Order: sequence, then C-alpha cells, then structure tokens
Amino acid sequence: MFATIINKAIIQGIPLLFGSTGEIITEKSGNLNLGIPGIMYVGGSAGVIGAYLYERAVDTPHPFWCILIPLLASLLGSALAALIYSFLTITLRANQNVTGLALTTFGVGFGDFFGGSLTKIFGNGGSLSVKTTADYFKTALPFADNLGWFGEIFLSYGFLAYLAVIIAIAASWFLNRTRAGLHLRAVGENPATADASGINVTKYKYLATCIGGAIAGLGGLYFIMDYTGGSWTNGGFGDRGWLAIALVIFALWKPNMSILGSFLFGGLYIAYTYISGLSRSSIAIFNMLPYVVTIAVLIITSIRDKKENQPPAALGLPYFREER
Amino acid sequence: MTNTPAIELKNITKTFGSVVANKNVSLCVNHGEILSVLGENGSGKTTLMNMISGIYFPDEGHIFINGEEVVIRSPKDAFNNKIGMIHQHFKLVDVFSAAQNIILGLDEEKKFDVKSASAKVSEIAARYGFNIDPDKKVYEMSVSEKQTVEIIKVLYRGADILILDEPTAVLTPQETKKLFAILRKMRDDGKAIIIITHKLHEVLSLSDNVAVLRKGEYIGTVKTAETNEAELTEMMVGKKVSLNIERTEVENTCDRLVVKDLHCINREGVNVLSNVSFTARSGEILGIAGIAGSGQRELLEAIAGLQHVENGNITYIDPKTGEEENLKDKTPLQIRDMGVRLSFVPEDRLGMGLVGNMDIVDNMMLRSYRKGKTAFLQRKEPKSLADEIIERLEVVTPSANTPVRRLSGGNVQKVLVGREIASSPTVLMAAYPVRGLDINSSYTIYNLLNEQKKKGVAVIFVGEDLDVLLELCDRIMVLSGGKVSDIADARTITKEEIGLLMTKSQQEEVPENEEN
Repeated sequence: MFATIINKAIIQGIPLLFGSTGEIITEKSGNLNLGIPGIMYVGGSAGVIGAYLYERAVDTPHPFWCILIPLLASLLGSALAALIYSFLTITLRANQNVTGLALTTFGVGFGDFFGGSLTKIFGNGGSLSVKTTADYFKTALPFADNLGWFGEIFLSYGFLAYLAVIIAIAASWFLNRTRAGLHLRAVGENPATADASGINVTKYKYLATCIGGAIAGLGGLYFIMDYTGGSWTNGGFGDRGWLAIALVIFALWKPNMSILGSFLFGGLYIAYTYISGLSRSSIAIFNMLPYVVTIAVLIITSIRDKKENQPPAALGLPYFREER
Repeated sequence: MTNTPAIELKNITKTFGSVVANKNVSLCVNHGEILSVLGENGSGKTTLMNMISGIYFPDEGHIFINGEEVVIRSPKDAFNNKIGMIHQHFKLVDVFSAAQNIILGLDEEKKFDVKSASAKVSEIAARYGFNIDPDKKVYEMSVSEKQTVEIIKVLYRGADILILDEPTAVLTPQETKKLFAILRKMRDDGKAIIIITHKLHEVLSLSDNVAVLRKGEYIGTVKTAETNEAELTEMMVGKKVSLNIERTEVENTCDRLVVKDLHCINREGVNVLSNVSFTARSGEILGIAGIAGSGQRELLEAIAGLQHVENGNITYIDPKTGEEENLKDKTPLQIRDMGVRLSFVPEDRLGMGLVGNMDIVDNMMLRSYRKGKTAFLQRKEPKSLADEIIERLEVVTPSANTPVRRLSGGNVQKVLVGREIASSPTVLMAAYPVRGLDINSSYTIYNLLNEQKKKGVAVIFVGEDLDVLLELCDRIMVLSGGKVSDIADARTITKEEIGLLMTKSQQEEVPENEEN
C-alpha cells in the first residue's frame, strides 16, 4: 500500500519535474516564461502527432522509431513554442507576463485542436490513441515485478521518468559547477554586468529559454504516453503546468530540490484518492494543497530573507544595452 | 614605447537621437600615465568611456590602441584590447562571491575552477596591496570592497588600460587615499589609467594630464603640473566660478527640532540608531558626517515619519506659537496636517524623491495634489512652479513636460530641491544632495541651502565630502555605527578629527573582540 502511494506520487510528479526543471533553466536567464503550461501542452500533442503519423505510415511499428519520432517531435514542438516566446520578449522586448500568458492560451488551444481532430483530419474518426507507441514508452525495467516494494518504488517506470531525474540533476550540476552555468546565472541576476563582462546576453537568453521549453515539453509527452497510455483527452493535462511553475518557487530555483518537491506535489495532487468519502468540493480543497505549500514556502523564505533563496534579480525584466 | 600612446581617440562623435553626447573628442594616454577626464554632469564623460569599453558604439571617429586602429563593438572586444572599465555603478552580481564575479565572462581554456581563480585573485591583491576575501559574497561587502572587486576583475583579465568612472564618489577620505596609492602603483607598473571625476583636488593630486569636456565637446588637454583649480574650473564651466562657499554667521537662532535618545531597529532586526540626541536650530546648517550606512538614512527617515522609532522622542517646536509637537510615529501626512513644514530631499532621488516617468509638472503635483478642491487636477499652479524652478535653478531640460528620468543627475536634483524649497519649509533635510553632481550644480545647491538658512530654516545636511561639510555647515554631528560620536563646531574642528570620529565606535569594539 505504502509503496503504491509513493509509486503513484512519483508518476504524478514526473511531468511537474520536467516542467519545473525547464522553467528553472529559463528563469535563470531572467525570462519568466508563464507560457510553460502551454508549451507542455504543445510538447505532449506534438509527440502524439509524431507517433500517430508514424503508426499510420507503417504496418508494424519498430520500437526504436516509436520512441525516437515522438521524442524528437515533442522536443522540436516545444522548443519552437519557446522560440516564439524568446523572439517576442528578447528581440522585440515585449512584456514577459503578457507574452507568456498568451503562449499558454495558444499552446492549450493547439494541443486540443490537433489532439481532438487529428483522426478526423485523416478521415478515420474516433478518439485519438497511439497505444502501440505508448506501450513502448511505458516499458519498465525488466525485473521491476520481482522485487516487491523496492521494484515498485524504484524500477517500475518508463524511461522518461528516469530521464526527468537525470536532467534535473544534470541541470543542477550545470548551473553550479560549469562556466556556462555561472554565465547563465549572471545573465538572470544582472544582465548589464554579464554584458559588460563580455557574455552574450541574447544568446544565453535564447538558448536557456528554448532548451528550458524543450525540457518542459517532455513533461507533456510523459503525461500523454506514460500516464494516460497514449489516448488524448482534451483538457486532460489540467493545471499541471501551473503546478510546475509553483514547484519552481517551492524548489527555490534549485533543480535538485525540485526532484523531491515534484514527488511531494504529485502525492498532494492525488491525496484525495486515498481518503474515502470525499465530496466533490472537498476534493477541490485537496487539489489546492500544492499551492498552499508553495505559499507557505514563499512566506518562510521571505521571512528568512536569504539572498541565495531569492528569484534571479532581473527576472521578468527586458534587457537593452543602450538604454539610458 | 613612449612614442606610441597606449590609447588614442580621434574625433569621436556619438549622438542619442537628437542629443549630441560627444562631438569630435580626441584623447591620448601613454603607458605609465594617469589622465583625468574632467567635465560637468552631462558633459559626456561616461558616454565617451562607454565607447572605449564597448557598451556604446561611436557614430564617427577612430580609436587607436598602441598605434593600431581598432574597432570595439562589444565589451569582449574591449577585453581583447586589454581595456578594463570600472563603472560608477558597480557591475557585480550580488549573490556571487568575489572570485565568481571576477572570472565571469572569461573563456579560459583551462578547466572551470573557482578555487584556482581565488588563488590568482589573492596573488593580484598581494601585488598591488588590495585587501580582499575571494569567497565573500558581494552583497555582504562594503562599497570600497566592491570597488576592489571591480578593479581586480579588470586586472585579472590582464588589462593594460584602466578606466575608472567616478571611483571616489562613495569612498571615505581614508579609502580614497588607499585607492590613489594603488592607482599610482599601477601607473608605475606601466598601466595607462583614465579616471573620470569632477573633484578638482583629486585631479590635481593624482593625474599627469587633464582632459576637459564641456557639453559633449572636447575643450583641451593640459598638464596637471602646469594648471590650477581656477583654470580647470573655467575650462569646465566656460566661465569663472567662485569656489568659496559663503558661510554667514548664525543669527537669532532658536531650537526647532529636538531629538532625544532615538533608537531604531531595521527590518533585519539590527540596531541602526541608538541613543541619538541632538537639536537642530533655526537659521543654522547642521551637518551630518559618517561612513555610508552609519544610520544617516534611518535618522532622516525617522524624522520624516518613514521609519519606525523604537524609543525616544522627536519634538518639533513651532516657530510662531512656540508650541511643542511630538513627531514620533506619525506618518508624513499626519506630520503635514499638524502644520509642521518639513521638507525632505532623500538620498534616492528617483526612487523616493521623484517619479522618473512623470514630467516635472506632475512631480511638482506630488507635493500639492491634495490642495485641489475638486476631483480634477489643477495643473496651472504646478506648471508655473515648474517653470519657475527651471528658470531660477537653470535646469537643463527641453520643456517642463519632459520625464525627469531623461534629465541628468544634477538637473534631477535641482528639480527635487526646488520643489522641496518651494513649500517654504521650517525644517529642510537633505541627504547627499550633491552626490554625482558637478561643481556648478553643487554650488547652486549649496547656495540654495544657505539661502534657506538665512530665511531661518533649520537645515540638516547629510554629506560625504568632508571639505564641503566643514565649509558649509555651522555644526557637524558625526555618526558612527548608529551612535553619535560627537557634535562639533564646524569652524574649529579639522578634517582629520572628523575622520577619526567617523570610525570611533569601531575602534572601541576592537578590544571587546579580542577578549572574545
């Protein structure tokens, strides 16, 4: 029972982990990308489109292509969505909040449109399902079933779940232990300083936002392939994108913190299923828990006022060198 | 070597829209030489230096390094040409350590290693006599330490040409002395140094040559040894300026503001003021001296009703009725409603004093908008006040409807001081009113303060230039670590004595630390 709860919490947490890791990398460059929920939608639906087209095109899908094509489609789709955001906010210096919110609206619409109508476009009808591909994504480590609770907690996930953790750890290492990471953090803290030090601020902002977007998009892909087993439901992804952004704050902009945070959020997100006799309205209260925890973290860090735990100082601000 | 200048500028021109920031400027610095670039605010000194360091790109003109023409398009190009700039507003990342800031932006082929960088930093520090802890976070540093980090940052990159923009604006006399000693050491080491400043005595004591700019135009270069203050001022301003501050005797004085045992704690729970007692008298300028962050800001804000007072009393004595009013824990609005005419020129002009995006007229209204009788704003009176200030204080602005953010520092300050004086205060508090201002504007401000003093206003002046404090004020209160070290007669105390008083409480703390 206990192992099952942890297992479920982790499965719920993985999309959030992808989203928050991507958003942390983005925010470290000073871009507050509120388009992440939309980008995660795009990432998921782009993966589904890729899988659907491949499954339609061949009679017996090969596992290798079944994995690679949706993966690349998802990465490309979400990176492109992030590129729209980058171009608007970095090159044209549009307001980041407005752009981000618009992108979220766009991304949700994009996902629902293609997810809901792809089968109609190709004249097949019925709801969209890429079960064959999803099964490959869901393949767990081979000996997961033989090792009892250990297998259930640690080995029973598809490869994307492990990738999420690896990416988060790698991002942590990148930000704190590499020269490029130091430069990226400087861009988010004080772009004028970074610029005066000879760092290409625009390049770092573009790269961080697009790579961050691509990583976040994988969260959508994991959700659709692994969690729902390859069948698309409009609006099924829910508010997980916003939860990922809340997780960034909860994790204090540290990717390694967001690993544990995502599992906690995942657990809180489904906590209501383990408490019997809840009415609809009390379920909503339980769904609120992750946000309540985030607010609590915000309050605690504000009171402690430690400089290292604050958001990047230039978060949300456009940078223009010759501004006077 | 001596024949080819380290850096030479020829006919540099730069415009921002219709504003000409630099016009046909030519400069030349040799290795082992210090050049001062002197000019009033808005004369284009910083713009010129920003073009050398790659922040701006010149519209016209040529730059030569060691005799070869170069194109500097970015800060990176500047580094590659061994040019290092120390900006007036430090370009440091607060949450990074000194060493992290120093290696920022470097593409060394070596492995990324903050530790070996720290070692190299310590080595540079030892060579020139800096005092620095490479692992200290910037937000924990004093201003002087931050500057040290900036200087080491450019030396670390192997800079041969150093540009310092107003390096002494925020330093104590002792720190300035130390900095100059280091700069001389670097000069003897063969570096070419350009220092931007408007403090004449610094120019004369430090540099070999002086280049003067006026309103973006290049006036000329003179050898420091062959010139004097009066000549330089004339070149800078374009007319003769009297450099003496007139100080009239105090007449008919009476107590106006009595502060007793004031005790304040800031948001972090640190004692910022303890047992501060003093009296500000009418018709007198009370100077407040102290190292930056000794509680000056909190003291003025406590009087203005912006800082919570833990203990103590602030009593205002009405000049007409002689009644006593307690200002402790009143909001600025309550203070005004009590009929206390208190004016405050805060340190942070565009943060606390004025709204940068609003024009001069709107900023005038910030003080008077409550006077209107209807729901609609009356723009007529503020407009005439704005025009009067522009004319009387010689504010350089295209019109009264220009956002104040677009004015230069000196003009912003004139607008602010002008507005505060216009409300005919009985107490005028000014925190660093001449910070970043050139000679001409500074003297305008001093004269305004003197004028208020003659009108019987109790003026409280927080300053950083001790020479000015000594010349302008009647009494000087020295703060050190939130405590009053002494209140002295400005006519008899010396600069050195004030310098000692400024660090008094710290000296007392030393034996305690040793016991622990």
